[in-house]
Amino acid sequence: MASWFKSPASETQVTHGQRLWLYVFAVITMILLVLPTLIVIPMSFSDSQYLEFPPETWSTRWYDNFFGSDEWMQAMRTSLQTAFLTMLVATPVGVAAAYGLHTSNVPFVRMAFVMMITPMMVPLVLVAIGAFYAYVQLNILYTVTGLVLAHTVLALPLVVIVSGSALKGYDMSQEQAARSLGAPRWKAFFTVTLPQIRFAVVTSALLAFLTSFDEVVVAMFISGGDNPTLTRNMFNALRDQIDPTIASISTLMIFVTTVMMVLAQVFGQQRKP
Amino acid sequence: MTTTALRPNEAGLRTDGRLERLRLFGLSSPAMLLILVILVIPVGWLFYVSFIGANGEFSLENYERMIKRKSYVRIFITTFQVSVLTTGLCILIGYPLAYFMSQLPNRLANLCLITVLLPFWTSLLVRTYAWLVLLQKQGLVNQWAMNLGLWDEPLKIVHNMTGTLIGMVHIMLPFLILPVYGAMKAIDRDYLKAASNLGANPRTAFWTVFFPLTTPGLFAGSLMVFILCLGFFVTPAVLGGGKVIMVSMKIVSNIELFVNWGAASAMGVVLLIMTLVILWIASRFLRLDQITSGGH
Amino acid sequence: MTTQATEALPISVSNVTKTYGPVHALDDVSLEVKSGEFLTLLGPSGSGKTTLLMVLAGFTRPDCGSLKFGDDEVIRKPPHLRDVGMTFQSYALFPHMTVAGNVGYPLRLRKRPKAEIAERVERALETVQLGGYGDRRIDQLSGGQKQRVAVARAIVFEPRILLMDEPLSALDKKLRDQMQIELRHLHEQLGMTTVYVTHDQREALTMSDRIAVVNHGRIMQLSTPRDLYERPANRFVADFIGESTFLPVKRAGTDVHYGDTALRYSGDLPDTPDLQLMIRPERVLLSDTGPVEGANNFTATASDVVYQGDSFLLHARLQDGQQIVMRGAVRGDRATSLPHVGDTVTLTMAPEDTVLIDGREV
Repeated sequence: MASWFKSPASETQVTHGQRLWLYVFAVITMILLVLPTLIVIPMSFSDSQYLEFPPETWSTRWYDNFFGSDEWMQAMRTSLQTAFLTMLVATPVGVAAAYGLHTSNVPFVRMAFVMMITPMMVPLVLVAIGAFYAYVQLNILYTVTGLVLAHTVLALPLVVIVSGSALKGYDMSQEQAARSLGAPRWKAFFTVTLPQIRFAVVTSALLAFLTSFDEVVVAMFISGGDNPTLTRNMFNALRDQIDPTIASISTLMIFVTTVMMVLAQVFGQQRKP
Repeated sequence: MTTTALRPNEAGLRTDGRLERLRLFGLSSPAMLLILVILVIPVGWLFYVSFIGANGEFSLENYERMIKRKSYVRIFITTFQVSVLTTGLCILIGYPLAYFMSQLPNRLANLCLITVLLPFWTSLLVRTYAWLVLLQKQGLVNQWAMNLGLWDEPLKIVHNMTGTLIGMVHIMLPFLILPVYGAMKAIDRDYLKAASNLGANPRTAFWTVFFPLTTPGLFAGSLMVFILCLGFFVTPAVLGGGKVIMVSMKIVSNIELFVNWGAASAMGVVLLIMTLVILWIASRFLRLDQITSGGH
Repeated sequence: MTTQATEALPISVSNVTKTYGPVHALDDVSLEVKSGEFLTLLGPSGSGKTTLLMVLAGFTRPDCGSLKFGDDEVIRKPPHLRDVGMTFQSYALFPHMTVAGNVGYPLRLRKRPKAEIAERVERALETVQLGGYGDRRIDQLSGGQKQRVAVARAIVFEPRILLMDEPLSALDKKLRDQMQIELRHLHEQLGMTTVYVTHDQREALTMSDRIAVVNHGRIMQLSTPRDLYERPANRFVADFIGESTFLPVKRAGTDVHYGDTALRYSGDLPDTPDLQLMIRPERVLLSDTGPVEGANNFTATASDVVYQGDSFLLHARLQDGQQIVMRGAVRGDRATSLPHVGDTVTLTMAPEDTVLIDGREV
């Protein structure tokens, strides 16, 4: 054991012993990175009003609170619905855009790409109040449609970037081969290219889903009435008082996210022939 | 080559070329249309509104207010403070962690990468809430610290700047770690071997060879964090307890409470311009893709 | 698969130009490929040979030009309607399909019935000596096998024209030599009009019925391999094919002189201000008995003698300082009496081997 401390840890011959502080520091940091997220889960099962850890008494009262409340259920429904729809809209629109930008030789491709990522560069608050005003004019305030459109715009840069980089690493001569064999461009894309950028497309879809599901600021302004989102209600609840129900909702959100990620892994795997 | 060479099918081929390019570019039109309608036009309108005064006519009062009124100046100062402090803390904490990961064998490194990415995939709100619970008077942090003897009375570490910073750093760390880690992984080990061979001790080798090579990644990551902090809303709103007011929060309250579109949009425009200026400065030193890919 | 010599299509390229800004990738190129012919486009990188192939395939749209397959004008047809088989330098096999999946792809696109597809796929694989490999995955194949699958996929739907873009450049020498012969046999068996792109002149000489030497977007010469080698049209072709040294010669009417020596030559006298004598190393002979009656003789000093096992190279300097390179066989009587550096040697060239070319830079 003592010899390990003296053994070199890198090309510069610095030893493990000299680096011990780094190892300790890194481990502590990683624990702190993960801890808050994980700790919410057991705390949500605590019976007490003050969310103790470890819980003295275990109960599911906060979950009952959540599932029993029409308001929360409506919000959950809206959030899930919006997230799925955002995923279904943003993914094909974004992948098509990435493909179009990758294959067209128009001189303003650079400009178009910059335009695609503007939602990432403009401060979210600005997007939120802008959409709020626009939706009042278009009469789609507090609708799921409006939410999906706004969240799609927020998710598009991610989809375009992830699919775009997959396309960059892809050998386009395969699509050419397919076309020389008799496939029109769109068929060549669906039968040859898409299966091979599968992982990126599925990841983009996941990112789109999560962008929508987790989104707070824009939802604060444009969701409400009959269609508040889960995050919007959660945020309002947080501002008022620390309602422990939030802990159960948080755990459920973590659960939903995890399920989606697992599904993404399953669907994203390159299928071996 | 004759000067009167035949050029058969020239016009037809040119048309075909144009059509094809148009069709391909057209694939990106739904995306661009959406962004235009939902983002560009409304923000453009907000820009216009920021120049409209309370009397409905052109005026610079919204911008003047930001310079004249003390409360507004406070808000900008606070926002900068938070952003700079968060970025600085992220660098101090994130750089060593990234370095640690870059020195690990691949499998362990990937495992650590997961712990860094895990908070990424968790909802922002959930993480903010978690800190709210952990940092409260009777929360875990206080409990454990008192058990360990670090302090005797529960400290107020939430609903103030401290809590805000803790939360922000936690949220922003992955944004810094990823590009820095990427830069570190890309460094050819042979450089360090050469440095040692030429006589550098580990510390010198690190500061004169390794560190300079990571600067692009560090720069990209810090920039990303700083820009995100400037416009951030949720975490300061929840963990600040009303004492830490950032620009984004003022914009929100201007709309929600006062319905003062002029004031809100002016602040938003200023925020946007600050972001763009920083990005422009960065683009002098980095390619745009380096910043955006730093997000993952 | 039936031999389709009667069904193979001729290709007619007329006035094709392709520019990228100021650069002429193809400069008013015209070319006729005979039905069933194996024609190679040979040239260095950037010569335009691949661009021309891509125009034939439909992936590169020229600025202007006419392209006919048989009687059909196809220049404006998209690639998927041209019905040509094509192989790519990187093979471009689909990794997410098996070998059979790849080879059957064009047949599925043409909506053939399953049984027919299976049969034709197996036959195509047998033609390239990969019978029974249908279930293999692409990543399980070696380079040579991938090459063959690519060929099988390109011929399975019985196209009447086959295009090949440097198919063998990724293979090692031995495999390449073997594949050259196999592809040649395949061509003889199937009889489809084939356009083949390569930068390897030896490959071109081995496989082709005719070769088009391409440079700077233009065709330098279009001839049979033999004509190309024996009677190159210009310096570029002479240089690119085989190895030679060149000597400047003077002309008066139909008389040609190198220095004081009158040359007896064969073939045409090119009309050019820059006339040159092309000296192929293997066509120069070393005379042990002095000047040879009726041949062109050169007196030179040996500057370097390189023994290469089956042959030797002799670098010799002529009286005016010009260098000639000569290659000779090493036989029993030669083995002990190779010239030494500094020896005076007599080099002769028979008139049939003495070829004059246009030495201008093209």
